[in-house]
Amino acid sequence: METLAWLILAFPIIALVIQYFFGKKLPRQGDWLSTGAIGLSLICSFILFIKVIFIEGDPNYLFQVSYPWFTGGGGLDFTFGFHIDNLTAVMLMVVTIVSFVVHLYSIGYMHGEQFYDSFFAYLSLFSFSMLLLVLCDNLFVLYISWELVGVSSYLLIGFYFWKDSAADACKKAFITTRVGDVFMFLGIMTLVLYLGKFNYTEIFEAVSHGEISGWVITVAGICLFGGAVGKSAQFPLHVWLPDAMEGPTPVSALIHAATMVAAGVYMVGRLFPIFSSSPETMLVIAYIGLITAFFASLIAITQTDIKRILAYSTLSQLGYMITALGVGGFVVGAYTAGLYHLMTHAFFKALLFLCSGSVIHAVHTNEITSMGGLRKKMPITAITMIIGTLAISGVPFFSGFGSKDAILAGALQFGLEHPQHFPIFLGLLIGAGITAFYMFRLIFLTFFGEPRDQEKFDHAHESPVTMTIPLIILALLSIIGGWGLYGALWLNALIVPPVIGEAAHEAAAHGAGHGSALAHYGAMVLSLLVAFGGIVFSYMVYYKRSISVEMLTKKMGPLYQLSYNKFWVDEFYEKTVIAFVMKSRMVLRAFDNTVIDGAVNITAPITRGTAMISGAVDKYIVDGLVNLLAIVVQAIGAVSTLFQSGVIQNYLLKAACAIGALLLIHNVIMRVLY
Amino acid sequence: MESQNHLLTWMTFWPLIGAAVILCTPSRAKLFIKQLAFLFTLPSLACGLWMMKDYDPALSYQFVAKVPWIETFNIFYFVGADGLSVPLLLLTVFLCPICILASWGINDRVKGYFSLFLLLETGMLGVFISLDFFLFYVFWELMLLPMYFLIGVWGGPRREYAAIKFFLYTLFGSVFLFIAMIVLYINTGSSFDLTTLGPDIAASSFWANAANLKWWLFLAMFVAFAIKIPAFPFHTWLPDAHVEAPTAISVILAGILLKMGTYGLLRISYPILPDMAVKFAIFIAVIAFINIIYGALVAMAQTDLKKLVAYSSISHMGIVMLGMAAMTPAGMNGAVLQMFNHGTITAMLFLLVGVVYDRAHHRNIDGFGGLAKNLPVYAGITAVAFFAALGLPGFSGFISEVLAFMGGFMSHILWIRIITIIGTSGIVLTAVYMLWTYQRMFLGPVNEKYADMPDCTLREKVTLIPIAIIVLVLGIFPNLLINLFEPTMGRLVELLSKNF
Repeated sequence: METLAWLILAFPIIALVIQYFFGKKLPRQGDWLSTGAIGLSLICSFILFIKVIFIEGDPNYLFQVSYPWFTGGGGLDFTFGFHIDNLTAVMLMVVTIVSFVVHLYSIGYMHGEQFYDSFFAYLSLFSFSMLLLVLCDNLFVLYISWELVGVSSYLLIGFYFWKDSAADACKKAFITTRVGDVFMFLGIMTLVLYLGKFNYTEIFEAVSHGEISGWVITVAGICLFGGAVGKSAQFPLHVWLPDAMEGPTPVSALIHAATMVAAGVYMVGRLFPIFSSSPETMLVIAYIGLITAFFASLIAITQTDIKRILAYSTLSQLGYMITALGVGGFVVGAYTAGLYHLMTHAFFKALLFLCSGSVIHAVHTNEITSMGGLRKKMPITAITMIIGTLAISGVPFFSGFGSKDAILAGALQFGLEHPQHFPIFLGLLIGAGITAFYMFRLIFLTFFGEPRDQEKFDHAHESPVTMTIPLIILALLSIIGGWGLYGALWLNALIVPPVIGEAAHEAAAHGAGHGSALAHYGAMVLSLLVAFGGIVFSYMVYYKRSISVEMLTKKMGPLYQLSYNKFWVDEFYEKTVIAFVMKSRMVLRAFDNTVIDGAVNITAPITRGTAMISGAVDKYIVDGLVNLLAIVVQAIGAVSTLFQSGVIQNYLLKAACAIGALLLIHNVIMRVLY
Repeated sequence: MESQNHLLTWMTFWPLIGAAVILCTPSRAKLFIKQLAFLFTLPSLACGLWMMKDYDPALSYQFVAKVPWIETFNIFYFVGADGLSVPLLLLTVFLCPICILASWGINDRVKGYFSLFLLLETGMLGVFISLDFFLFYVFWELMLLPMYFLIGVWGGPRREYAAIKFFLYTLFGSVFLFIAMIVLYINTGSSFDLTTLGPDIAASSFWANAANLKWWLFLAMFVAFAIKIPAFPFHTWLPDAHVEAPTAISVILAGILLKMGTYGLLRISYPILPDMAVKFAIFIAVIAFINIIYGALVAMAQTDLKKLVAYSSISHMGIVMLGMAAMTPAGMNGAVLQMFNHGTITAMLFLLVGVVYDRAHHRNIDGFGGLAKNLPVYAGITAVAFFAALGLPGFSGFISEVLAFMGGFMSHILWIRIITIIGTSGIVLTAVYMLWTYQRMFLGPVNEKYADMPDCTLREKVTLIPIAIIVLVLGIFPNLLINLFEPTMGRLVELLSKNF
């Protein structure tokens, strides 16, 4: 187990190092190296998966190993280790499969691009970081991998860095997610401050023994969740994800649809005991997810860029998962549903993105308004994309149906038990209908009807085999994969919230098997109704054209504007946070230059002034006095020389006058005094 | 008398011998002088590595040599190294040869430049090995002279202004240090011995009652060291000095000289006046916070790349101060680690500024654009340095930032915890100005003006890559360095914790 875990990580990192330094010199610029490495990781993951799921088959299976890393002093020791349970095993499969397929696809899609070798190096970096994120056993390494997937995302979004839009988008993505990361860091610090531990299981133990008081665990949980809000692009930090579509399409499929953005969901699932020990945290999670799920689906309706539609649908689906996990704190089964949706979504959303990439590759535009009728030109892409759309819409026999239905069932049961939270179910249900509507809008506008740009249509062609085979693999996974996973895991209840400690065990035993039939069948019927409602409405508007789009747009006026402009969230940030930072930096610079440095510089004239004054004092007063003395002496001398005539008679006369004068003065003084 | 260890003495004075040799070389032999200067930095590096063979982290002062110097005043030539000085000694002996290589382009008054540079190295190493306050002060002042000339003669257009500002500002601080030193000397039975000053004071009944005097003493020393760090509001000499100084001198200035401020606090202020250090903790934390946030915001507003890096130094040194103010093991270890890591990362940043300045002859951030397309090597190394500076995991800066912030968050003082929480926003601000700068210089459409700019030369790679390797290795194996000073810092924390 240990060896497998090391191998899974080793292949991509070795590929990264070789590819980064020698990629250009390798044959085919080393694309085979990165692809082969992730292929080997896939094989190792598969062996691990078989071992854990089929050979062990225990819901509480846990393999853990940890190595000392470095010390922070004062007993704060950092370790590195693996935490392998059923969730890890499934997640490893999802990540390695999607990553491998995307590597394959990229060989065709990125063919002939400048920096082709770097592209594969970055993909390897991403694969390594993401696998580390899945495998690690403590919060510190989780945070490290969290940042590393962030930087690989930055590098790949900015792959076409000579375009201003891409350069803007990668910076925005990194900074926005880092805001979430800071919260996550604060959450980790809170846990470390109170528990002094990083290790998952040790923290879970401590939490279940109540070593940490009520409000602290709530604060820690909400802060940690902040990390998920950033990385999984939940409201209000969702703004980076649509812009991230500036990256090459395989990247969007791998990082911004299937794996990295799901890391937030995975983290909430992984650290579930921390979150679930505070009902307040669970509610925050549920409602943040709900807001995202609903509001992103509204935006997706009016967008015209094929990748942006998919981006908003990703936001929305991530919202479903997050809500499910939040509800999972109150209802048995919702936790499982949320993670199940993570898996199914990974396959069908990667499929949808790769299909859109295939379309873009063919028509060289992202605007669905200049597509149309493409099913005749590229049948494989069309069929696989329709499969993906059926899956995301929640149509039976496709993977999304089971997972979405399970989420809705959980939400409905929660709503039934706590009527004040019924809006969660309603929001998700309506959102499901909207999802079906906008996804079929995309399909109808892209593949059906008449071509709206004849020239582009004429040049369109089906993509090469390296691109269509990945589509077919993912399409199969979107059908069978979902059911297969369902059969293998959920029927055997292998993915359940980790229960640690006696009390939690009892609660789990007590709560198990309480899913009400009403919630289960009610949710299923309702979700089927809204899905078909959405599809039919979309069919009428965009295929049959029996309802005019223009009329709808006009009728919906302000709502349309709201959706089309993405609720002006970007503009809001622009005017508030960004404006504030931009203003304060200028103010502070001016303050620094004038006040602080001014105070330093003013000492120069002051010192010079003082020096000048003291110089003047020295020159005119101190030295002046000395000179005055000389002048006086000189003057006295000059006057007295007048008396020094050298003639005896004169001297006698002067002496007689002086004696006379002295006598006179003496007499006068005597007279005055007496 | 116990046997004297000459290792540190050799390490410190080799460069001085080099300076003397260079002075005897004809000034026409420019290349030869450069080669000589490089050669004379190597023995110190070798001494540094040799030191690691015998260095035992668990022990206190090692490689000690103590000989009377001015016996009338009880002044000794007293040198030694412990966990606090060893990382900084290694940093100094490692950066100096690199800086000599980075100075290869100097062709004006070569003899003067390189002999002053070697004199500077002796001064810096001397500060880190001194265990006698008077000796410390002598080396502290000794550094000023070569630095003044190196900026004032070989600097940019406003070099005289910058050099004088640097010189007078530091001298202003030195006065306080001098006063503190004399007051300590008079009140402690005429001793300059840094290893015994602290415990002596704690034992003396006079000092037990002289809280007021101690308060002023701590403040005086803090001002002296704060100017060097530089702590807000004493920081404005730094951007000017950096902008005007030649590349290699900027590297030394940011990489090593700034550390002397925090080194001084940890070597002198904290152990000698631990009770006052505890009292000043909140004050230091507030200044640290201002440094982090204010430095980052002002950096964001700069248009000159070198000035931006200078302000980023102010921000990063704030993290060092925050870790120190926390007075927890994690905080202290984070602070020392951050001192070393800032030394390497910021050295890279300044070297990289030098690379682009040598080609474009300006440093206006907005004057470039799209450099990544034609200068992939330069863009790649810059990306490494920038990401290291913004604390990306995998690079050394991350570990020290995390430790410093965690240390701050674990502080015994509630206010320091709150300051730390707000201070973490600096993590985002750093990312903002680093990535924004990177975008404006390297991403976006190619600026045709610099379309045929040549990529890094071999000499530039030789200066940059060793530092990059250290930054990476310490990011993955931070214990290589932490283990060197962890016991020393543990003892210091213990001393401080008696005063809580």
